[in-house]
Amino acid sequence: MSTENIAAPRSPYLSHRKRNRFNIEKWGWIYMRVSGVLLVVLIFGHLFYNLIFPGKVSILDWAFVAGKLANPIWIVWDLLLLWLALIHGANGMRTLINDYAHGRFRTVLLWALGATTAVLLVMGTLVLTTFDPCLGDTDNAELIKICAAQ
Amino acid sequence: MAGAATLEAVDNTPKAEAPIQAFTVTLIIRRFDPEKDAEPYWQDFDVELYATDRVLDALHKIKWEQDGSLTFRRSCAHGICGSDAMRINGRNRLACKTLIKDLDISKPIYVEAIKGLPLEKDLIVDMEPFFASYREIQPFLIASDKPKDGKERIQSVAQRERFDDTTKCILCAACTSSCPVFWTDGQYFGPAAIVNAHRFIFDSRDEAASVRLDILNDKEGVWRCRTTFNCTEACPRGIEVTKAIAEVKAAVLRGKPDIPKK
Repeated sequence: MSTENIAAPRSPYLSHRKRNRFNIEKWGWIYMRVSGVLLVVLIFGHLFYNLIFPGKVSILDWAFVAGKLANPIWIVWDLLLLWLALIHGANGMRTLINDYAHGRFRTVLLWALGATTAVLLVMGTLVLTTFDPCLGDTDNAELIKICAAQ
Repeated sequence: MAGAATLEAVDNTPKAEAPIQAFTVTLIIRRFDPEKDAEPYWQDFDVELYATDRVLDALHKIKWEQDGSLTFRRSCAHGICGSDAMRINGRNRLACKTLIKDLDISKPIYVEAIKGLPLEKDLIVDMEPFFASYREIQPFLIASDKPKDGKERIQSVAQRERFDDTTKCILCAACTSSCPVFWTDGQYFGPAAIVNAHRFIFDSRDEAASVRLDILNDKEGVWRCRTTFNCTEACPRGIEVTKAIAEVKAAVLRGKPDIPKK
C-alpha cells in the first residue's frame, strides 16, 4: 500500500473550531509590537521635552502646557500618544481578562474596559483638539495680555 | 629504597570498599484516590536513597516497600517515553531524569501531578485533552506526490537542521502543563502541540504548512502565548519551546515558513 492509495484523512479535523479570516488576536499581537516601537519614541520625546529640555522640572505648569499645545505638532504628538498608549494598555488588559476571568465575569469586565477606554479616548481627544488657553484661570502675565488682546 | 618497597606493598593490599553513603530523604507526595478522597492531600514518606538515585527510584521504593497504592506512570524509566512527567519541588520534571544529588535533600522533596490536566489518581492525570490538541495539528507528513524513484524524499543538511530541535519532543506534557495560560484556559493548544506543528511546518518535504498555520492562527492558537518561557525551562529534552512558538508566529505573519531553499 503506498501513499496515493490512502484517502486523505484531513476533512473531519477542525470542524468544531470556527476559523474566520479576520483574526483579532493576530492583529492585536501585531498592534502591540508596532505601537510599542512608536511609543518608545513618543514617550521619550514627551519626557525629554517636558522634563529635561527646560532644565528644571518646576517650569512645568499650566502655562507651559498651554504654550506647548499652541503648536500643532505637539497636538498631533499628544493625540498619537493618547490613542496608541491607551489602546496598547487596554489591549494588554484585555488579554489579562481573557486569561484569568471566565464566563459572565469576563463579559462584564471586557465591557467595562471597553467603555472606560472609549470615554478616556473621547475626553482626551476633546481636550487636545478644543483646547483654548484663554478659558482657564491663569496668573501668567504674558498669557493674560494675549487673551485680553483677542 | 626499602621505604619505597614497603609503601608499594601497602598500596597493593586490596582495600575494603567504603560503603556508599545513603541518605534518608523525605518525600511529600500529593495523594488522591477518587474512590476514597474528596480532596487531594499531602502524605510524607521517608526513603533511604543514594545520591545517584533518581526521584523515580524513590517512588519505586515507596510503592514496593511502603505503600503499594501509590500510583504513577512510568514506562522506559530512561527519559525517552515521556510517561513520568511530574511536578518536583514546583517544577515540571521527568522523575526518571531528576537525580537526588541535584535536589536539596535537607528539605523534603515535594512531588505532585502535573497541573492543568484532570487529576485521575495520585500522580496520574488524564492526558486526553493534551493528545487531542496534538492530533488537531495533524502531526504527520502530508505530501501529495510520490517520492522520486519510489525511494525517499531528499532533504539537504540545512533543511533537516531547520526543524531538528522540535523533533526531540517526547510528548511528556511537561511544557504544556507548566504554561500559566494553559492552567486557566484548557482550550489553548499548548506548547507541545505547537512544537509538533513546528516540526512539520518547517519540514521542506511537507506540503501542508499553510493548513497547520491556519489551524494555529486562532484565538486559542499561537497568539495565546505570552512568552513566559515556562515551557522552555520545563522541557526535559532541552527544546527551545518558546523560540519554536515565536517562529510559528512569524510564519503565520509571513504566510509561509522560513525554510532554507537547499
